[in-house]
Amino acid sequence: MNYLNKVWAIVWKDIRAEIRTKEIFSSMFIFSLLVLVIFNFSIDLLEVNPLDIAQGVLWIAFTFSGILGLNRSFLFEKENDCLQGLMLTPIDRSAIYLGKMLGNLIFMLIMEAIAVPIFVVLFNIGIYDKIISLAIVIFLGTLGFVTVGTLFSAMSVNIKAREVMLPILLFPIVVPVIIASVKSTGAILTGKPFDDIISWLKLIAVFDVVFLVVSFLSFEYIIEE
Amino acid sequence: MDYVIDCEKVSKSYGNISALRDVSLKIEKGSFLAIFGPNGAGKTTLLKILSNLVKPTSGVVKINGMSLHDEDGEIRKNIGVVSHNSFLYNNLTPYENLEFYGKMYDVPNLEKRIADVIDEVGLTARMHDPVRTFSRGMMQRLSIARVLMPDPSIIYLDEPYTGLDQHAAMKLRDILKNLKKGDRTIIMITHNIERGLEVCTHVAIQVMGKIAYMEEIEKVDRDNFESKYFNTVGEGHY
Repeated sequence: MNYLNKVWAIVWKDIRAEIRTKEIFSSMFIFSLLVLVIFNFSIDLLEVNPLDIAQGVLWIAFTFSGILGLNRSFLFEKENDCLQGLMLTPIDRSAIYLGKMLGNLIFMLIMEAIAVPIFVVLFNIGIYDKIISLAIVIFLGTLGFVTVGTLFSAMSVNIKAREVMLPILLFPIVVPVIIASVKSTGAILTGKPFDDIISWLKLIAVFDVVFLVVSFLSFEYIIEE
Repeated sequence: MDYVIDCEKVSKSYGNISALRDVSLKIEKGSFLAIFGPNGAGKTTLLKILSNLVKPTSGVVKINGMSLHDEDGEIRKNIGVVSHNSFLYNNLTPYENLEFYGKMYDVPNLEKRIADVIDEVGLTARMHDPVRTFSRGMMQRLSIARVLMPDPSIIYLDEPYTGLDQHAAMKLRDILKNLKKGDRTIIMITHNIERGLEVCTHVAIQVMGKIAYMEEIEKVDRDNFESKYFNTVGEGHY
């Protein structure tokens, strides 16, 4: 319980700072909005079936704007060397990882919750009867992305070209989860039965569990000098 | 005798570069040790090892009789570090920063403790202003308040006077004098010999990764310490 209180204190600290600055959320949201609008204008939806491309557009918006958020995540901890301050406290270092990961997950999910209705309007796709299964896929896909992303964000925070390095490191690892998320999103949007996406969901869930455990266990060694 | 800090032949290398070489250090409870030394002498590396941020390449370190490797969390509960970096979040207020760190250390009666330590460093009036609006001196005082939150028995000060004007340095000196009260053990790294000598009970000079000189302050000739320092640093065979 005590451990979870500390994890929550780290999450709340990030939320508090974000409410004040809106740096992470605003950059993620504006970027995702730009992606959706640009794709909407570049494709003639009278000639192309939006269901052929919508899932890809949606996950491009999510993952690339997610990268922006992940890049900023540990930069706050670099300010005044706060990460070292955290490492000096008696908390288990895995709590730092969990706290940062949950913060990133919350920011991304809020961004997605606002981006999805905009996507629905721009691409004229009905999701009313598919909202729960779509939410499950988005949640699991985002969890996998953020699980690995938080770890690599911590790794790349001391690198000068971190904005370039983070996607280069992260995308090859999260390719399975992105492909599975795109495929299952596509199946949901085209109205295929839930059973058709179960195998993709299992893949995402296994990825989430494996990388959550690996990241949780390895974080201590990654942030040590 | 039991020592609060007991280092035995501690060395640290980064690749081919030796930052620390066979440092042995025994510090009694309630001591205030000021370590002087030129840049690159390994002073910060020594503090990082003593606070368990960096693992030594060889040697044994015991804090309050506990080995750094075995009792990591328990040792960190008793150590506070003030660095030239404040470890404070710019977008949070002093209250929020101290509340956050207080939770990390399981500080009881958090609200009262925050009010007490903020009062101790004279920042009560600015308790709810964002830290980013603070001067360097105020940041450093707040950093001391952060360290005082869990009431640690050991405090490390790494160049606390860096970037402070004369007035802020005087205030910091008064706060450091107050820190000394009781059984607290303090190690301070500083380039400022005058400031170091006025608060410490022991002095040490570190050169090229070694403790080249260590003495009780009563046995030190304060008037000639500066020349002693330059002679020691200049000897160059350490």
